[in-house]
Amino acid sequence: MNKNIIIAGVGGQGILTIATILDMAAMHAGLNIKQAEVHGMSQRGGEVQTHLRIADGQIFSDLIPMGQADLILSVEPLESLRYLPYLKKDGAIVTSDEPFKNIGNYPDEQKVLDTVRKSAENVVFVDATKIANELGNPKSYNIVMLGAAARFIGISNADFEWAIGNLFGSKGQEVVDLNIKAFYATTK
Amino acid sequence: MNKQLLLGAEAVAVGAIDAGISGVYAYPGTPSTEITEFIQKSKDAQSRKIRSKWAANEKTAYEAALGMSFAGKRSIVCMKHVGLNVCADPFMNSAITGVNGGLILVVADDPSMHSSQDEQDSRAYGRFAMLPLLEPATQQEAYDAVRFGLDLSEAVKLPVVLRLTTRMSHSRAVIERKAMRDQNAFNPDVNTRQWILLPAIAKKNYAGLIDKQTAIEKSSAESPFNKVVEGKGKKAVIAFGIGYNYVMEVCKTNNLELPVLKISQYPLPKDMVQSFIDKYDDILIVEEGYPIYEELLRGFSDNKKFRGRLDGALPRMGELSPDAVAPALGVKPVVGQPVPDIMVNRPPALCVGCSHRDLYEELNSVLANYPNKCVFGDIGCYTLGALPPYSAINSCVDMGASITMAKGAAESGVHPAVAVIGDSTFTHSGMTGLLDCVNDNVQVTIIISDNSTTAMTGGQDSAGTNKMVDICKGLGVEPEHIVTIVPVKPRLEQNIEIIKKEIDYKGVSVILAQRECMQTLARKKKAAKK
Repeated sequence: MNKNIIIAGVGGQGILTIATILDMAAMHAGLNIKQAEVHGMSQRGGEVQTHLRIADGQIFSDLIPMGQADLILSVEPLESLRYLPYLKKDGAIVTSDEPFKNIGNYPDEQKVLDTVRKSAENVVFVDATKIANELGNPKSYNIVMLGAAARFIGISNADFEWAIGNLFGSKGQEVVDLNIKAFYATTK
Repeated sequence: MNKQLLLGAEAVAVGAIDAGISGVYAYPGTPSTEITEFIQKSKDAQSRKIRSKWAANEKTAYEAALGMSFAGKRSIVCMKHVGLNVCADPFMNSAITGVNGGLILVVADDPSMHSSQDEQDSRAYGRFAMLPLLEPATQQEAYDAVRFGLDLSEAVKLPVVLRLTTRMSHSRAVIERKAMRDQNAFNPDVNTRQWILLPAIAKKNYAGLIDKQTAIEKSSAESPFNKVVEGKGKKAVIAFGIGYNYVMEVCKTNNLELPVLKISQYPLPKDMVQSFIDKYDDILIVEEGYPIYEELLRGFSDNKKFRGRLDGALPRMGELSPDAVAPALGVKPVVGQPVPDIMVNRPPALCVGCSHRDLYEELNSVLANYPNKCVFGDIGCYTLGALPPYSAINSCVDMGASITMAKGAAESGVHPAVAVIGDSTFTHSGMTGLLDCVNDNVQVTIIISDNSTTAMTGGQDSAGTNKMVDICKGLGVEPEHIVTIVPVKPRLEQNIEIIKKEIDYKGVSVILAQRECMQTLARKKKAAKK
């Protein structure tokens, strides 16, 4: 077991929530973890990414070497392309199809989606806002994204359930259940 | 729970709590902020009454930590690399006084300048002050290094430096905690004269510091953080701190069996290094930072058996990575697909609704009529006013420099000379500059963009909140030229008039542009709902 995952998005989109659940699930599964985050200036609406590595053996580098990422999980389509040099030949891309346009020169939307589609054999687009809204919990956007990526990660859904329960436990069972529902909305 | 998933910065925090500190002193600065924040929120720290409030700047923080050491207690003082410049005076002289209770300076460097104006390497300060320095390669080592460092500090009676870098500070891994140690007993050092650095005593102390070099080098030689990884062949690597991780990553992935000397404690253990380098013909020096030890090992005659950042084997500047190290180990990195041509950058920007936005809009509108204007910026979110659409500032150098650079420019004939500085930066290092302005009655307009927080680092308490007017009055600014505005859209025209009037005033004028940070406001509203 050795998985390298890049989680990408725009500062403020909450990619660290995804990383936290993944970390806890991996810990619960008895795996080793290294997770390099971006704090500071870029968090103000800039491009942000997390390098997350999980393995059953020792992990040396906090950073994923180029060409070694098994998965790019992006909560924004343009951002999923920024880290392509890190993606393995047979790596997967799971991305939201919803652009986050906080810049004036955002490229043509359709062109972005077409480029993503061509960039890996396994590409999954997730209409995360729509799914989260239908579940009555717009805040579960990131959990919906995580659910869609789960199949490429190799950690059991039971471990993810445990992690979601652990993260949201202090907010009550109702919130936990809503988020578990959001997770399973996209796992298939 | 014995095992915890922690950022390197948090591992230092937990390590410090468990090692029996009585206080942490710090000014926020990326990538060091999370250490103090963690202690502030920690239940263990609260129950042990560990003091943890933010200091006005790194110098006041360092001196307070030294005072705690004088009283016999253990403390850590935390800052980013450039903060060490601010407290270089107490830092250097604390090597001369020595310590009583254990004292660790935790300094977090930022190679690649992710959130900084330079990538200076604090290991140079460690050498300069002749102090022991620890540079952990893993989060567990970061945790362990705190207790080890405090013990060492008390054993050799010197401050110890713990150097982190961005990647160590902001990366998570699981660490295992050890049993908590009690805090030191109250034991002020009133019977020695070591703390009085009169020349006669300082000379004696300095001779003592030189004598102690043997003991601290011995500690490095026996250090649990320094080791040799055996390998084959005549090529070898000396890897410092986190550089070790990248070397081992490349070795593991490519089945290389290179001998590696890992150094995470300084000063260099001379015999250990000498016997290692004698064995090999070609040695790569891997340092996450300046090529300080590469230069030292190469020597004046430039021994060609060493390779590293100075001969292009590794990049001359910036953070290392497995991809930066691989070619130097003879491995061709595997690169995925190139970034598509349609990609555009997404630079950081001021938040929607941020008060700095309104301020820059108003200021730009006024200054459009002054062809010789200069606006001196400072360190904080408002530095983003340098980027479009505002392009509003001409400089950003160091904490507080806006005011004093505006002063010097005004004295050279620049008008309007405007400074834009945040509230936290103003109390950090701007107040003395304002006093200079008042004493010289120079024609400057100082805008304190006061959002009642230290925003760029995530919204920490600001030392001067609700005290700004009184501070400016106390420094001698004429009360009628301390003007408060609220930078919001409906007041645009009114604020433009006020700013224009103050810019035309022939003396020191302070405009307090006051509106709370959107981020801290949102957080407070959320907390109130709960």
